[in-house]
Amino acid sequence: MMKNVVAVRDLVVVRGEREVLPGISLDVAPGVTGLLGPSGCGKTTLMRCLVGAQQVRSGTVEVLGEPAGSAALRTRIGYVTQAVSVYDDLTVAENLAFFARVLGVDRASAEEAIASVGLDDHRDQVVAKLSGGQRSRVSLAVALLGSPDLLVLDEPTVGLDPVLRRDLWELFHRIADGGAAVLVSSHVMDEAERCHRLLLMREGRIIADGSPDEIRRRTGAADIEQAFLHLVEEKGQVA
Amino acid sequence: MNPRITLAVAGRVLTQVRRDHRTLAMLLVVPCVLISLLWWMFDDLPGGLFDRFGPALLAMFPFIVMFLVTSVTTLRERSSGTLERLLTMPMGKLDFLLGYALAFGLLAAVQSALAVAVSVGLLGLDVNGPVWLLGVVAVVDAVLGTALGLLVSAFATTEFQAVQFMPAFVLPQILLCGLFVPREAMPGVLEAISNVLPLSYAVDAMQELVGAADEGAVWGYVAVVACFAVAALALGAATLRRRTP
Repeated sequence: MMKNVVAVRDLVVVRGEREVLPGISLDVAPGVTGLLGPSGCGKTTLMRCLVGAQQVRSGTVEVLGEPAGSAALRTRIGYVTQAVSVYDDLTVAENLAFFARVLGVDRASAEEAIASVGLDDHRDQVVAKLSGGQRSRVSLAVALLGSPDLLVLDEPTVGLDPVLRRDLWELFHRIADGGAAVLVSSHVMDEAERCHRLLLMREGRIIADGSPDEIRRRTGAADIEQAFLHLVEEKGQVA
Repeated sequence: MNPRITLAVAGRVLTQVRRDHRTLAMLLVVPCVLISLLWWMFDDLPGGLFDRFGPALLAMFPFIVMFLVTSVTTLRERSSGTLERLLTMPMGKLDFLLGYALAFGLLAAVQSALAVAVSVGLLGLDVNGPVWLLGVVAVVDAVLGTALGLLVSAFATTEFQAVQFMPAFVLPQILLCGLFVPREAMPGVLEAISNVLPLSYAVDAMQELVGAADEGAVWGYVAVVACFAVAALALGAATLRRRTP
């Protein structure tokens, strides 16, 4: 068993009046981990905790052996939000060059990041002129700068065509093969099969944790969507 | 704080402005046009009114323009998620703020150089003090505008709101800066308010340069404006949170 990259214990996050995460605990190991659950179940909040962008009420979040949000982690985590967090009025190459300077990595790795998301042909185009899928890949490229040890990707494949989605999942696996941990959230259950490991999440809690095969076997379901429904109904009966 | 990151921010902001030709043209041309308009309006009237109003206008341009530009651009950073992303990177809050101040200070220097050249060279504005000092005052005004713009962007959730801060924050300062009624002649309460508004000192500095030209006094006013700018930057830094609710 490899050492965990992320360890969350009894994490409580309250936003406004609502307890979004009412005491969640989980681990993330190297490899590609899928964080699956319906919209509004707390996936984004959990991811924001990992990168140190979220105020937390209580509990601990440890990333790569350090408390989440500590200065030493800021060059070691790549984070992609659901919003395309790049500058619309700059070209692809200018965006990457800027973030590379902030991170203190060289220009070569900026070019590498552009190539790995397949945007070489668009490197000198202004981001605002690109399609939605291309823009989200620019945002992803920024997260790849400096080969981070943990990639936190919030719904990176939403709205992309099937070919692109397949290419991106191949990229996530290549990154994971290089030794990094990749945590990918999605509310689309059919992406589950592409992960080494799954965390199924509902209403701020982890309701299942294991490989896609394990979860299907445990629930006797044909696919992860069925397994999810099975788990939800099972919980409902207990309560 | 890290000079590499500060310069990266400044360079990026300048690239964005350079790409936006319309904004760039407005930044550089509009002040020259307005100051010419002012001169033309007063041209046939006696009493050296252009010499009285011109310097105040030179103090206001960089302040107003940079206030607007900064409040909108930083609001965009906040709402697009780029600010959150930068704050998960090794970006110091001061790097971010000073990067902006540096970029817009530089733009203001160019803007003022043009406006001063037009005022002094073409329109015959009488400046008794050194002309370069006008530029210094303008840059400090611009940094003040940038700092206040950064600060108010924290309290706006849309660009529409951010623009509304201009009449709320800037117009009262224009009314009370001593341009329309000398500050000593105002009702006591208004004079007291005028004394704690930064633009009053910016206008004082410009008027001193054009009038009595006591350089010591000018630097005094510049120092006051700079203090306001530093205070606003510090408050602005407090509104940049790595962790948000």
